[in-house]
Amino acid sequence: MTLDLSTPEFLIERNRDRCIDCKVCVNQCANEAHTYDEEEGKVVSDDTKCVNCHRCVALCPTKALSVRKYPLEFRSHGTWNAHYINSIYKQAATGGILLTGMGTDKNYPIYWDHLLLNASQVTNPSIDPLREPMELKTFLGRKPDAVKIENGRLAEKLPPQLELEVPIMFSAMSFGSISLNAHKSLARAAQEMGTFWNTGEGGLHRDLFPYGKNTIVQVASGRFGVHTDYLNSGAAIEIKIGQGAKPGIGGHLPGEKVGREVSLTRMIPQGSDAISPAPHHDIYSIEDLRQLIYSLKEASNYEKPISVKIAAVHNVAAIASGIARAGADIIAIDGFRGGTGATPLRTRDTVGIPIELALAAVDSRLREEGIRNQVSLVIGGSVRNSADIVKAIAIGADAVYIGTSALIALGCHMCQRCYTGKCNWGIATQNPNLVKRLNPDIGAQRAANLVKAWSHEIKELLGGMGINALESLRGNRLMLRGVGISEKELEILGVMHAGE
Amino acid sequence: MKRVYAKEEVCAGCKLCEVHCIVAHSKYPNDIVKAFKTGVRPVSRVIVEENRPVSFALQCRHCEDAPCTKACITGAMHRDPETGIVTNEEARCVGCWTCILACPFGAITRDETGKKVASKCDLCSSNDGVPACVAHCPNEALVFEERK
Repeated sequence: MTLDLSTPEFLIERNRDRCIDCKVCVNQCANEAHTYDEEEGKVVSDDTKCVNCHRCVALCPTKALSVRKYPLEFRSHGTWNAHYINSIYKQAATGGILLTGMGTDKNYPIYWDHLLLNASQVTNPSIDPLREPMELKTFLGRKPDAVKIENGRLAEKLPPQLELEVPIMFSAMSFGSISLNAHKSLARAAQEMGTFWNTGEGGLHRDLFPYGKNTIVQVASGRFGVHTDYLNSGAAIEIKIGQGAKPGIGGHLPGEKVGREVSLTRMIPQGSDAISPAPHHDIYSIEDLRQLIYSLKEASNYEKPISVKIAAVHNVAAIASGIARAGADIIAIDGFRGGTGATPLRTRDTVGIPIELALAAVDSRLREEGIRNQVSLVIGGSVRNSADIVKAIAIGADAVYIGTSALIALGCHMCQRCYTGKCNWGIATQNPNLVKRLNPDIGAQRAANLVKAWSHEIKELLGGMGINALESLRGNRLMLRGVGISEKELEILGVMHAGE
Repeated sequence: MKRVYAKEEVCAGCKLCEVHCIVAHSKYPNDIVKAFKTGVRPVSRVIVEENRPVSFALQCRHCEDAPCTKACITGAMHRDPETGIVTNEEARCVGCWTCILACPFGAITRDETGKKVASKCDLCSSNDGVPACVAHCPNEALVFEERK
């Protein structure tokens, strides 16, 4: 055996005065960072195994544990920091691609933080949402160029629409990448809040068919779990082309995660790797996409809106225009800070563009072409709070997808080790010992609470601007001002600088 | 009567119920560290049964027709006719373990930390609230409720 050059990332600190050697940390760490030394009669820790997920810290009854960055430092260097040095050690040892989970942790600009909202003062009244009705209802789907009204009623049937009580939906996360209890939590929360959750590409577990009215079912390049009942069980069908954390990359669910339930749901043999190709092999052009869109519309009797999800890449605006013209009812755009269960690290950290710029570019382009009404725009990829949502809607989004935020509500601590399958919070795992840790009753309540809290905040922000319906804010970029960004960035965002 | 019920499907097997049972029955019910580190540590009256991935917390079922009370040779083990709670009056218990033999659930354990006595769940009846194991379960895998 040669010398292992890797060093611990984290330091586990155990306050021996407070530790009662109860072994809760031992039985809760799937990475086996804590063990009980029978001879010494005490619990000991191994820093090298810690991923800093905080499971032990949160459950320790005496709060004897804390975890921090391992204090070991390399000689400081502007180019060669610890991340790059350690990455090379790892790859020199394994010869493999570096894997990671969740969205990029690099410090790229976050435009939400460079946008400020307006409020009413003197010349127009602000509104108190606690006293006056406030409308967040959102309809997603193709809107006609003009409406014909006869005898006070719509004379023509509208294309199929999704009706949301709040402009917040749960992003696509497959059963396989996350646990069944996580799926149950999101499905129930979506139902309670009058919104939608998304199956991701792993099919819909039979226990969740009753939540169909609040479910968006996904069709991705692997076509896992796609059958007639699946397509008809959901309220909308989403074709997944790409995802922000790994644009241009397919998916790979390792065989060890394909247990009985995942196997039945995905319709693949137990224990076999589930590989989603990078492209859909029947879609090499906008025309091909149109075929799939209409195949799915045909299969669902033209009763459900069809969404197409793409990652935000350089020419996203032109692609979105093509998707709208191909007949999609909804375009979902995932920004490059979006999360995932597993992605090559370099792809995650370097491919794609920020969602704020992509959204502004797409909305502007569709308006210029006069086809903005033909599709609804849903954006995702680092929506962290209610203000981000209000800003997204002011730029031009119809609704947002939240994935990472939803998982954090379920207990995720952002350790970025989803790909290991050892999620100590029972979210990104199929290990039955770990899945049990996420109680779907608690999960559903917490996810619903988050949406509830954010919708209250959205109403407060709207009220401050003197707006009583979200519809009046949509694409209203005059409600935004930029700070600390360049002329070019302001131009793309279509926003004036603060003070203008 | 209200009893403690386990939801096996969400038991994380963390054994915090055991920790808090020990604390609740120690001399320092409000100080976990002292309860464990000062003097004799009591035995837990709740036991997490495990055959992974199955796990659940087991404690006295407080049977209506409690076999342990009938088996008890001194009358220490008795069922309160009002509350239905089965408790062991430790002063009268001689540590013969007949109740342990009789219990169909294996919910009674030997406590040999001091005088030999049978140790079992008393539903935290001395502080008439929610039992400590239920109150401290981090995943709501234990509930305290009336069931028919």
